[in-house]
Amino acid sequence: MYETNYHRASSVPDAAATFAKGKESKFLAGGQTLLPVMKQRLAAPSDVIDLSKIQEMIGIEVSGDTVTIKAATPHYDVAQSEAVQKAIPALANLASMIGDPAVRYRGTIGGSLANNDPAADYPAAVLALGATIKTNKRAIAAGDFFKGLFSTALEDGEIITAVAFPVPAKAGYAKMRHPASRFALTGVFVARTKAGDVSAAATGASQSGVMRVPAIEQALKANWSPGALDSVTISANGLLADIHGSAEYRANLVKVMGQRAVAAAG
Amino acid sequence: MSTVKLTVNGRAVSVDVEDRTLLVHLLRENLNLTGTHVGCDTSQCGACVVHVDGRAVKSCTMLAGQAAGSNVTTIEGLAKGGELHPMQAAFRDNHGLQCGYCTPGMIMSAVDIVHRHGGKLDEETVRHELEGNICRCTGYHNIVKAVLDAAGRMKVAQAAE
Repeated sequence: MYETNYHRASSVPDAAATFAKGKESKFLAGGQTLLPVMKQRLAAPSDVIDLSKIQEMIGIEVSGDTVTIKAATPHYDVAQSEAVQKAIPALANLASMIGDPAVRYRGTIGGSLANNDPAADYPAAVLALGATIKTNKRAIAAGDFFKGLFSTALEDGEIITAVAFPVPAKAGYAKMRHPASRFALTGVFVARTKAGDVSAAATGASQSGVMRVPAIEQALKANWSPGALDSVTISANGLLADIHGSAEYRANLVKVMGQRAVAAAG
Repeated sequence: MSTVKLTVNGRAVSVDVEDRTLLVHLLRENLNLTGTHVGCDTSQCGACVVHVDGRAVKSCTMLAGQAAGSNVTTIEGLAKGGELHPMQAAFRDNHGLQCGYCTPGMIMSAVDIVHRHGGKLDEETVRHELEGNICRCTGYHNIVKAVLDAAGRMKVAQAAE
């Protein structure tokens, strides 16, 4: 790792001010992605600003039809939260499948979203549930947030403070895990709102990161059941291909994970 | 350079380290606690697992500065005087180690698993929960046996307290 300066922020404004002072600052949350990348010398921030001890950024609130997860809340706490398990069990389940137990103790929802790894889990839930990403400057709709591989609508120095999820009528997540990295080879999150709208989002599949899957959405809107996807064909165009799976394999996984997600949602 | 103050195995320590220092290096190089191992250095293998404020984390994926003010327990802090922790004793009795390189991380993760699951632990759960710890001797069978054995011993020890 190249040299860097570590700062522990005491509040969101403190973090923003410290970030602005650095030559090439980076925010550090759980560090489960940033630190490995820094160790490989693929990133060399002059300053890292630790957000993980900012009390106002930790915790989970459920009020009415909204589950708000503050950005520095670790995956473990989301997975274990009785409130989340009750309101959006698919979200707690997704959090319980990220990485391994040691990673889940440190990794945070805000860090996952800001990094926007094309195979990360949270982006699928955020996009399919139509969540709102709250920052220290504004609120960003999920549909406007993800901008392709590792890029988001966040401006330089902007901090995700919380993510607000509307509680759906039904939701499910299914993921084919890469056995070594535990990232999603492909994961699909499906949700049906109380008004009857259906959305489906796939992670790990597309070359441009998390994506909505209109074919699955249309089929499930007509008939919410795994069988409704039997006749759906997902195009391999623009999907990822690597030593772990071809684009055609991933296209089929989108459909199969979609079916399993619906089955899990009930 | 920064001064990092933390508690390690019950002892308050203050160490001057470069800001880029990882917790595992502070433990091994500054405090000479070499029981915590570096296996892969890419957050995969779990040989470096220690407890930070009661949670089993990979000390190769945490800056020393992030642990400032925290309570850290390493493998050296588990035994009470000359008496092995029940998890250590169970690893010895069940031949839960071959080369021993992964053992400190396995034990630290395993103690955390028992704390979280208590008496509800079964073989499938142990295997699933140990996915962040790799044993390249592939000695998992006896490791799982040891964890289940220790879970019983820890319950008994807890009841006796």
